Parts: sequence; C-alpha cells; structure tokens
Amino acid sequence: MKPRHKRIALIVGGLASLSVATYFVLHALNSNIALFYTPTQVVAGDVPKGRVFRIGGLVEKGSLKRNAMTVHFVVTDTAKEVEVAYTGILPDLFAEGRGVVAQGKLAPNGEFIASEVLAKHDANYMPPEAKSAIDQAQEAAKTLKQ
Amino acid sequence: MNPKLITWKYASPPYFYPLAGKMIPWFALLAVLLGIAGLWVSFFVAPTDAQQGEGYRIIFVHVGASWMSMFLYLVMAFWAGIGLSFNTKLSSMMASAVAPTGAMFAFLSLWTGALWGKPMWGTWWVWDARLTSELILLFLYLGFIALQAAIDEPRRADKAGAIIALVGVVNVPIIYFSVKWWNTLHQGASVSLTQAPSMAKTMLLGMLLMALSFWMYSIAMVLTRVRAIMLERERHSDWVANLKEVRS
Repeated sequence: MKPRHKRIALIVGGLASLSVATYFVLHALNSNIALFYTPTQVVAGDVPKGRVFRIGGLVEKGSLKRNAMTVHFVVTDTAKEVEVAYTGILPDLFAEGRGVVAQGKLAPNGEFIASEVLAKHDANYMPPEAKSAIDQAQEAAKTLKQ
Repeated sequence: MNPKLITWKYASPPYFYPLAGKMIPWFALLAVLLGIAGLWVSFFVAPTDAQQGEGYRIIFVHVGASWMSMFLYLVMAFWAGIGLSFNTKLSSMMASAVAPTGAMFAFLSLWTGALWGKPMWGTWWVWDARLTSELILLFLYLGFIALQAAIDEPRRADKAGAIIALVGVVNVPIIYFSVKWWNTLHQGASVSLTQAPSMAKTMLLGMLLMALSFWMYSIAMVLTRVRAIMLERERHSDWVANLKEVRS
C-alpha cells in the first residue's frame, strides 16, 4: 500500500468507527435528548418524579379555561391527556388544536403545574386564503360524513 | 499537453490564483442579482402566513443560512480530507478558506433562529436537539479556525485542522435528522428531497432564491479568501514575486 492509500484507509476507517460510536452514544442518550415527554409517558409514570420536566403535545380543542391569571388546558397526544395549569403570559401562537411544550412539575393530583409554556408550530406555510379553503373543505367533509 | 495534466494544472496555486481572480466577479454578481430577486420575492411577492403572520418572513434568511452552514461544513471537511490524504497544498487552503464563511452562516442561522423563536415559540433559546447540534456546528467551525491559528507551521496546522473537520462531520447528519429522530421544539423540514414542500410556491421561490444567493456569495468569498491564503503561504515563491499586483 502506498502511504496515501494507507492514510485514506485510516480516515475512512476512523470515520466509520466514529459514526458507530456516535450512533451508540445517541441511542443510549435517546430519552435525554428528547426535549419533552408525551402525555402517554406521563400517564404511564415514565417521568422524573418531583423534578422539573417538559411535556409536549397538542392543546385539546375546547379544553382552554381562563381563571383570573391562571389558564387551564389539556395537552394530548391523541392517545392520553394531561391537565396543565399555567400562570403567566402565553406565546402568540398558543391556541387550541396547536402544538405546545410546557415545562413544570407534576402536582400530587396529577395536574401539571407549568412554569413556562412554549408554542410549537408545524412546518406548513401558506397564505390565509389557502388555510381557510382547507378548513372549509375539512368542515364540508365532516358534514358529509354525518 | 495531455488532458489529464490540464485538469490537475489548476490544483496548483500559480494557475489557480488567476483563475479564481477571474471567477470572483461573476459569482459576486450572481450573488447580488439573486439576492435582489430573492429579497423582492420575500418581501413583496410571498403572501402572509396563515399561522405566523408577517413574522415568518425571517425564514428567507434563516433556512438559507442554515443550509449553507451545514453544506459548507461538508465542503470544508471534504477539502481537509483530500488535503490530509494526498498532501495537496491547495485542498488544505480551500478548507481554511471555507471555515470563516461557514462559521458566519452558522452564527446567522442561530441568531435569526433566536429572533424568530422569541415571537413564535415564546423563547430565544431552548436546548432541543436541533438548536444544540447547530450550536455545536458553530463551535466546530470556531475550533477549526482557532486550532489552525494556534499552530505556526502551515502543514501541521492543516493536519490538525483536518482531524477536527473530519471528526465533526458526524454532526451534520445529526443536525439534519434531529427533528425526525427526537422530539424537539423546532418543527420538521418544510423542504426535503423525499417529500413535496409544505409551503406556498412563492414562499418556496423566495427561499430558494435567497439560498442560491448565499451559495454564490459563499463561492465568491471563499475564492477571495483562498487567494489571500495562497499569497500569504507562498510569499517567498517566484510566481508570487512575478505577479503584476505584487511587482507594482
């Protein structure tokens, strides 16, 4: 082997083993890299007890209740739900049916007391006219089914 | 001269220096034209977003900058790897020339992302996988630049830098796929190779024009910088001494 072939082999081999090592590290850290827990994990008890953590999901439609400065809403992953209470200013994009990530602690009664609420939006960008057209079409499809 | 020699000829600084000089104005011109077209589409043609209103328009800078920050890292690592394996001078110089522009785009991506995150998400920063891995990318660029600057002898600086650049390559797919592999606050990709883009056509056009403009800008910047590096490293050679701009 010429020296330069040796060097190339060394680089390729090095990168390959590095990738494998990285894969295993990331795999092992999987649950720590995730930003939030899902309501299913919360209900199953797979969350740190007595510690601050984040939950994420959709704000269930019709669940938003305002009580003086405190808002109550339900976060769902369409399988399980968690009730959340939050006192403070909500981001502009916060709305029923939209994504949300909340940080806080689980109260003994199972309610999640949030200290910070962030809005999570999707990767769809469209003009308002297109959005209302889609909404109308969905409404129409719903009424047809009934 | 046989055709093979003609291609390799431009891998040597005395030939590449004037060629790069001729290419720079064209890429700079393309960058400006595409940039003007891109900004015009972004501000005046692309519609308001149904969800985010006018605030989403930062996407036109943010996405292009993020793409370039990742792509330039691959380019830098490629040239550093070639330089390391074949001991070719120009490849290593190319790697050093790419780094500052890549770092600039990584910074721009993080900065515009923070400015976008505050009004939309409600926070400047969150330690999710996408944001954190992009921050690591910025640190890799800065580490590469700092390491090369710390070693006086260019050959050794090239070798040390190449190792950082190559090790850091694993981070690029992590950034790209982070939003798929883990749950993050950052949304998924609107534009990908496998799916139809999930955005209105004129929005997409503005984004692509801006990204192309950044691309052309990067080429012009990197060529300008590599010319400076060639002059600096080869200052004792005859071809530099015989350059018109050096003699006068």
